[in-house]
Amino acid sequence: MFELNDEQQAMVEMVRDFATENIAPHADRWDQEHHFPVDVLAQAGELGMGAIYADEQFGGSGLSRSDAVLIFEELARACPTIAAYISIHNMVAWMIDSFGDDAQRERWIPGMATMSELGSYCLTEPGAGSDAAALTTRAVRDGGEYVLNGTKQFISGAGAAAYYLVMARTADTGSRGISAIVVPAGTGGLSFGALEKKMGWNAQPTRQVIFSDVRVPVGNRLGEEGDGFGIAMKGLNGGRLNIGACSLGGGQTALEKSAAHLKERHAFGGALINQQSLLFELADMETKLVTARTLLWRAAAALDDGADDALKLCAMAKRVATDAGYETANAAIQLHGGYGYLSEYGLEKIARDLRVHQILEGSNEIMRLIIGRMIAEN
Amino acid sequence: MSVASGGPLKVLVLVKHVPDAQFDRHLAGADHSIDRSESILSELDEYAIESALQLIEARGGAKAGHTVTALTMGPERAAAAVKKALQMGATDGVHVCDPALAGSDAAATSLALATAINHLGGFDVVLAGMASTDGETSIVPAQLAERLGLPQLTMASALELGDDGVLTGRRDSDTTSTTLQATLPAVVSVTDQGEEPRYPNFKGIMGAKKKKTVTLALSDLGLDAAHVGVAGSWTHVEDAQARPPRTAGTVITDEGDAGVQLVDFLADKKLL
Ligand SMILES: Cc1cc2nc3c(=O)[nH]c(=O)nc-3n(C[C@H](O)[C@H](O)[C@@H](O)COP(=O)(O)OP(=O)(O)OC[C@H]3O[C@@H](n4cnc5c(N)ncnc54)[C@H](O)[C@@H]3O)c2cc1C
Ligand SMILES: Cc1cc2nc3c(=O)[nH]c(=O)nc-3n(C[C@H](O)[C@H](O)[C@H](O)COP(=O)(O)OP(=O)(O)OC[C@H]3O[C@@H](n4cnc5c(N)ncnc54)[C@H](O)[C@@H]3O)c2cc1C
Repeated sequence: MFELNDEQQAMVEMVRDFATENIAPHADRWDQEHHFPVDVLAQAGELGMGAIYADEQFGGSGLSRSDAVLIFEELARACPTIAAYISIHNMVAWMIDSFGDDAQRERWIPGMATMSELGSYCLTEPGAGSDAAALTTRAVRDGGEYVLNGTKQFISGAGAAAYYLVMARTADTGSRGISAIVVPAGTGGLSFGALEKKMGWNAQPTRQVIFSDVRVPVGNRLGEEGDGFGIAMKGLNGGRLNIGACSLGGGQTALEKSAAHLKERHAFGGALINQQSLLFELADMETKLVTARTLLWRAAAALDDGADDALKLCAMAKRVATDAGYETANAAIQLHGGYGYLSEYGLEKIARDLRVHQILEGSNEIMRLIIGRMIAEN
Repeated sequence: MSVASGGPLKVLVLVKHVPDAQFDRHLAGADHSIDRSESILSELDEYAIESALQLIEARGGAKAGHTVTALTMGPERAAAAVKKALQMGATDGVHVCDPALAGSDAAATSLALATAINHLGGFDVVLAGMASTDGETSIVPAQLAERLGLPQLTMASALELGDDGVLTGRRDSDTTSTTLQATLPAVVSVTDQGEEPRYPNFKGIMGAKKKKTVTLALSDLGLDAAHVGVAGSWTHVEDAQARPPRTAGTVITDEGDAGVQLVDFLADKKLL
């Protein structure tokens, strides 16, 4: 479990080469210019990163969750924001691949697998975030079509994506009254809010997605009516592992930069790395990251095996890894002194990017709620 | 040969396992051989693999029966070079591996490779990199062509294969660009000016596990150990020394005439 096999080593090496050449050198500029590099995403798609753990039948890469966390950590070492968007896209691709019928998979998976067509995951609403089952966007049946009305909030990739996987209310029966419906870009009545101004994640758009009398065929629904909430939550299990991996990648880069800086920076008659309190800080950063990585790999293995405790382990891993990543990045700023606060050194970007990982895909409070409830139920 | 008569195109690509150029290189042991602990597929050979894949892909690729066979000669670890080629898309691999090959110079290397190529038989194109990133003699492809009795089209930066079985390549120098043609079969070496080599995608990485690699020893090739390795080499490294550390440069302190001193310095070195 703790040794990479030959194939995993080759994958990590390939993703590292790709990200080092095509993502890392541009990450700061994309952040500053708020540029969403769809061309680079398409390159990643050609390499198999668009539908990593979807079946090979319609173009997925057929890899495991344990492979995926390695891939996302490696991508995030170059840029957490790009890695995280690729994670969201993969979540959507996997949901379609797993819960769609063959006709739907054949229609949507090939383009998503190569990332020539991007996906957005539309669950959150202005009035329903953590309490997602309270969502109010409606899909009303009209003959062979659904008519959608409502607004989704904070949607990653909105405006650039080709497919919007929308969790919409088809009955007033709480979480059981929600259906998952694919709305293609360009459908009449589909529009987007302004680009949100954000603390980080600037290299990907976050916008409202607005539905006014949007009509799509009933055949765009994944699974049965009422299955939507379960599908959305299952998608998030993998998403949480990936977002945790993205935090580890960002944290790892922050740690490596810090160690290098402390060796180079001289004060009080020697290199700063000789100050034992700073060395202890590095030790704590490394320990946090390795602790989180260990739990994350265990959770990924549990999801691969369909273990009973997979949901709980994914929640724990998400919380631990996103906290570890942010705390490491924040500590790295401190270790760099004033230089840590300058954009040029790349650390404040990592911290800004990783901060949101503690909030989204189920906030870290919600992770504790999931874990706590499971204890209470037993 | 096969391709001209409408058969599948059979390409052989030579791949060498070399010390990673990212790290300092060290010569070790009595024969001054290079320390090979951190080794990878020679980056220049990735261009040969890319060219080989493009040649078959232009005709429908492996699905249409065309093949790219990756061949390496080297110790056990060198199998990693073949594996990387398979991950990038080569269809099968060959590893010539025998302790007696250790210490081979270019002539002995080209003998072993030529013997293996004849043994395998039937290739339309033999593709190599323009130089290994360790030995860097660039001479193996030319020797190979001579030994195989085939035309050599070396240092090509763009390759095209016509339906008539004529291979066209462009060789660029600082001042001229030459277009060369050869009939198949031919030996070709390619530069790093062609299309960037692809990354192996996940499918390629997973699929490589299922591809076949054969390992051949000298006895399989009917090759006498006396003709290869240190014994069979025409050249021997007598001595090797690390480059002396760089000395401090000339510092010109500006006392009003720094510009003049600088120009004099450059002129002295014939840089102006
Ligand atoms: C310090 C030192 C000095 C040396 N000096 C000499 C010398 O003066 N003369 C000499 O003959 N040798 C010399 N050698 C040995 C020589 O460098 C190589 O080891 C020899 O085997 C092949 O030459 P190359 O790597 O230069 O190949 P090149 O001719 O530079 O390689 C061109 C292409 O041929 C193919 N190729 C080459 N080798 C292999 C292989 N093993 N398997 C598969 N494909 C291959 C690759 O596609 C490669 O890109 C020296 C070695 C050392 C360590
Ligand atoms: C940049 C960005 C991108 C996003 N991308 C997407 C996307 O692509 N798709 C999508 O659907 N959503 C997306 N989101 C939305 C994100 O998932 C939500 O913001 C998140 O789930 C929290 O919901 P909320 O913002 O409504 O906060 P609220 O639910 O209002 O929570 C406010 C605070 O209260 C805490 N809290 C709430 N309920 C409880 C409770 N029961 N017990 C303890 N604490 C509680 C929360 O943890 C939080 O700290 C994105 C958000 C951001 C910022």
